[in-house]
Amino acid sequence: MGLLLLIIIPIIAGIFSGFLKSSASRYLAVAGSIAALVINLVLAVKFNPNGGMQFVWDKVWFSQAVHFTAGVDGISFAMLLLTNGLIPLIILSQWNKTEEYSGLFYGLIAIMQGALNGVFVAMDGMMFYIFWELALIPIYFICSLWGSGDKYRINLKLFIYTFLGSLFMLASLIYLYLKTGGTSFSFKALVEVQLNTVEKTWVGLGILLAFAIKIPLFPFHNWQPDAYTHAPAAGSMLLSGIMLKMGLYGLIRWYIPIAPESLATFSPIIIILALVGILYGGFIAIVQKDLKRLIAYSSLSHVGLIAAGIITLRQDALQGAVFQMVSHGVNVVGMFMVADVIEQRAKTRDITMLGGIAKQAHWFTIAFFIIVLGTMAVPFTNGFPGELLLLRGVFNYNTLVGVLAGLTIILCAVYMLRAFQHTMLGEAKGGIYLFADLKWNEALAFGALIVLIIWNGFAPQWLFDLTNSSVKNLLDILHKTMGGVA
Amino acid sequence: MNLLILALVSPLAGFVINGMFGKKLPKTFVGTLASGAILLSFVASVLLFGQLRSNPQPIVANLYTFLNTGDFKVDFSFMADRLTSVMMLVITGVGFLIHLYSVSYMHDDKGFYKFFAYLNLFIFNMLVLVAGSNFLMLFFGWEGVGLCSYLLIGFWYNNTEYGKAARKAFIMNRIGDLGLLIALFLIVINFHSLDYKTVFTAVVEDSSKQGLLNIICIMLFIGAMGKSAQIPLYTWLPDAMAGPTPVSALIHAATMVTAGIYLVVRCQSMYYFAPIARELVLWIGLATSIFAAIIGLKQNDIKKVLAYSTVSQLGLMFVALGCMAYSAAMFHVITHAFFKALLFLGSGSVIHAMGGEQDIRKMGGLRKAMPITYFTFLIGTLAICGFPLLSGFFSKDEILASAFKYNKVVWFLSLGSAMITSVYMLRLLWVTFFGKFRGTHEQEHHLHESPSLMTIPLIVLAVLSILGGLINLPPILSEGIAHGLKYWLEKTVTENPVIAETDLSHSTEYLLAGAAFVVFILAFLYTRSKYITKNTVPESDEEMKGAGLVIANKMYVDEAYDAAFVKPVADTGSLMNSVDGLLNKVFAWCAGVIKYLGDLNKKLQNGNVEYYLIYMVIAVIGLLVFNFYHK
Repeated sequence: MGLLLLIIIPIIAGIFSGFLKSSASRYLAVAGSIAALVINLVLAVKFNPNGGMQFVWDKVWFSQAVHFTAGVDGISFAMLLLTNGLIPLIILSQWNKTEEYSGLFYGLIAIMQGALNGVFVAMDGMMFYIFWELALIPIYFICSLWGSGDKYRINLKLFIYTFLGSLFMLASLIYLYLKTGGTSFSFKALVEVQLNTVEKTWVGLGILLAFAIKIPLFPFHNWQPDAYTHAPAAGSMLLSGIMLKMGLYGLIRWYIPIAPESLATFSPIIIILALVGILYGGFIAIVQKDLKRLIAYSSLSHVGLIAAGIITLRQDALQGAVFQMVSHGVNVVGMFMVADVIEQRAKTRDITMLGGIAKQAHWFTIAFFIIVLGTMAVPFTNGFPGELLLLRGVFNYNTLVGVLAGLTIILCAVYMLRAFQHTMLGEAKGGIYLFADLKWNEALAFGALIVLIIWNGFAPQWLFDLTNSSVKNLLDILHKTMGGVA
Repeated sequence: MNLLILALVSPLAGFVINGMFGKKLPKTFVGTLASGAILLSFVASVLLFGQLRSNPQPIVANLYTFLNTGDFKVDFSFMADRLTSVMMLVITGVGFLIHLYSVSYMHDDKGFYKFFAYLNLFIFNMLVLVAGSNFLMLFFGWEGVGLCSYLLIGFWYNNTEYGKAARKAFIMNRIGDLGLLIALFLIVINFHSLDYKTVFTAVVEDSSKQGLLNIICIMLFIGAMGKSAQIPLYTWLPDAMAGPTPVSALIHAATMVTAGIYLVVRCQSMYYFAPIARELVLWIGLATSIFAAIIGLKQNDIKKVLAYSTVSQLGLMFVALGCMAYSAAMFHVITHAFFKALLFLGSGSVIHAMGGEQDIRKMGGLRKAMPITYFTFLIGTLAICGFPLLSGFFSKDEILASAFKYNKVVWFLSLGSAMITSVYMLRLLWVTFFGKFRGTHEQEHHLHESPSLMTIPLIVLAVLSILGGLINLPPILSEGIAHGLKYWLEKTVTENPVIAETDLSHSTEYLLAGAAFVVFILAFLYTRSKYITKNTVPESDEEMKGAGLVIANKMYVDEAYDAAFVKPVADTGSLMNSVDGLLNKVFAWCAGVIKYLGDLNKKLQNGNVEYYLIYMVIAVIGLLVFNFYHK
């Protein structure tokens, strides 16, 4: 029941907030968002990391075959915490823009939150697909209505791209459903379907495509830089912070258990693509001038490492991957908040035109720098433990790939410090402007992120405890189905 | 255990308090708090030292499990053995003196509180580095000190050049860090632990893994190259002089840059079974020592001379490590910390008096205006040159003696490096403090001895530079109490294999010391005749030519690196950016094709019934024809 509330409360609040024309309606949206966070925290108290699937809520939905099955284990719980923790912060960081944004804006964010919760708790294939697509709708409107530049074309691209991927996934899911004898879409049933190698490969490919586009893996990342750059600040944060975790989560939760046999074919390809993405994104980030584009390519680089780590199918790398999904969410949302603060005040995101902000905005400088440290995976920040385990996993998988992937720690330092120096240090290059320090809502949002960055940097073990047995279960199932191949 | 925690927490607390509230606190309070925190840490270190004296068993503080997944388990824990305690004494002792000095040196700076917050954070990280009980804790401190170094080099961040120097330092260090990280992975994969004790015990028990250990040790050394500024990763250190002078003294001379030495000493049981790695350490160290010393000959920025000298001296320490003379290397770490910190602080005092001028060609005759600075600087110079009975004499002779035992060629080349060191250091001394003043009138008027808060640390360090040799006297001078440091360190880690050593005969020892002294005398006579008798002033930048020009321009290594690495990286970025644009076009083209097909289809369905009839007729005919042939 708790999980159901997590989905429907923000959606209902969001819908009402969107329809009510009153200026107070945004309070409704934020109330829905915070209610979901509170429910999530209440669930956290009851949650037992070693208890397998929990809080299961299973009801027949629109046919005997399609159930509404919600349940969480450690991995999905981490994603829920990320979603419900970050979205109120995203709203908070945008709270001072009341003139620009109506209740509809905040309402769409709340709907998005409900849909994302749905994705992360779905244990029925069709339900997963429905929420997967549902999450796309609010973000499409957020980016189309409040975006900038060539936003319609870019959002169409985003939509078609991810929708196309989803259709392949749908085809795979339906094929599996037919193979169950048309009886069930449930996760368990789909996993137990027996297929021959050819079928497995195609089914796996279909599912994989949806996730590869969402993550995104090179060369399916094409929609990403444009979408991040032209989305409004909140849109960039939602897309990068949480939505792309849908793809990574999908890899762990759906792709690996359903089509483990296809891994033999695909895992080298995924690893290579991920590695290319790590280096490609890193190198491109070095020459970007637009801060948001820089973050987009940096993100491409970082998620590449997560994807590679997942595919190594090692206990520590998978746990590191989930940890890094959470950390990357926190850090990238922080980076986009930084870009937003700069753009609002300096009216530009071109880092070659900025400079000298540190002299004017003391607290903002500290916040920016700590987020940079987190992104660079400096020890005692949240970026470090995950990256350590991921790199170690990849290194174990293949020494050369590991060393090449390790270059990310150098590349990341290059582009992050470059961005920081150009914007904050030295003298202002694009003329003199007044740069006000953080407003109360921004300070609160940054403050919360910084607490997360440092807390997870010093004491990451709670998150590893959360995912430990779930990852172990996953690997056990895998070893069974693959008959000791892996 | 509580002392260990106290030593660590005290600078961290100083950082947090000054970092958060320092802006609003009075400067006296900020300075006192920061220095007091380090003093407290120093006292704790002294007490720890006392405990380890009575009982060599390492003192362990296991705080909590940092992470535990799969086969990867690391504790957040600290350990102080005898090696650690020596490092702690140097870090907090010299650190405290430099804090005191900075209170005066940085007094007029707007970022006063920030400076001290960073300095305290640095000390904390440095202590984590030496007091961690496993490789991951070492890595924490390792990256942490790199970060503080970045913050302090770029302390005057309005200057873009300084910012660039800071970035260069951080990025070059990260290259080394990748090596260290790979070493960590190899260790955890092969030994299933990162804990020093577990790993070293396993290494010693099963010595069959020589190939692996060689690779691990080389990777560790790559990390050390970055942090301790060895070829090819040394070019950041001279640029790091952009930071305020106390930073150069503390981080880029006395403590952080010796982390690489500490790392190798800590891992000596691995290096014992890794002869190839040891050879590499030896020759890289030797090459760096000579190369940097030669560049030092032609530098005219007082801090740059000292920076290259630091690189060169670190090289000499690696030579000792390559010869497995670990205590000799540590001995030199300690004495070097004394005299190099002294020299840097002295140069800071000079720069202070000169109103920011750093070019020695514009100084001269300063000994009259600033006698304390001069006298202490003289002691520092003599110590680094190895003047008999000063600290540097003993520590350098220890290294030379071990090199002699190992390989005569290495000994000879090290002696050459020592001679060049004497030449550029004496040149620095003569040109700065002797002869006539060559600066402007205002500068001459402004010349003054520094306040006592700056001169007291100079005096203390000068005393240490004189007496530092006492901690590890050679047997020829002192049967019975000789090699104090060596015996102290031998009881450090019981896991270390015992290195069989043959002592040199007394006559050989005298001969070696004599050779070193002769070399010093030669350098003295040469520089004295050049800079005092003939009163030469180093030529201006325009007058330089030939080899001198090449040396003065640091052998164009920075330019070579720019061409070989920096530019290609940027070019690769631009290239990939274009590729990405192209990729975008390809996808847009795909979309265009689909749209085109759609348009074609649209033409078919134009709503005109006549056309539909024609299509129908064509289709029917087509079907008939198809059917006809199909049968």
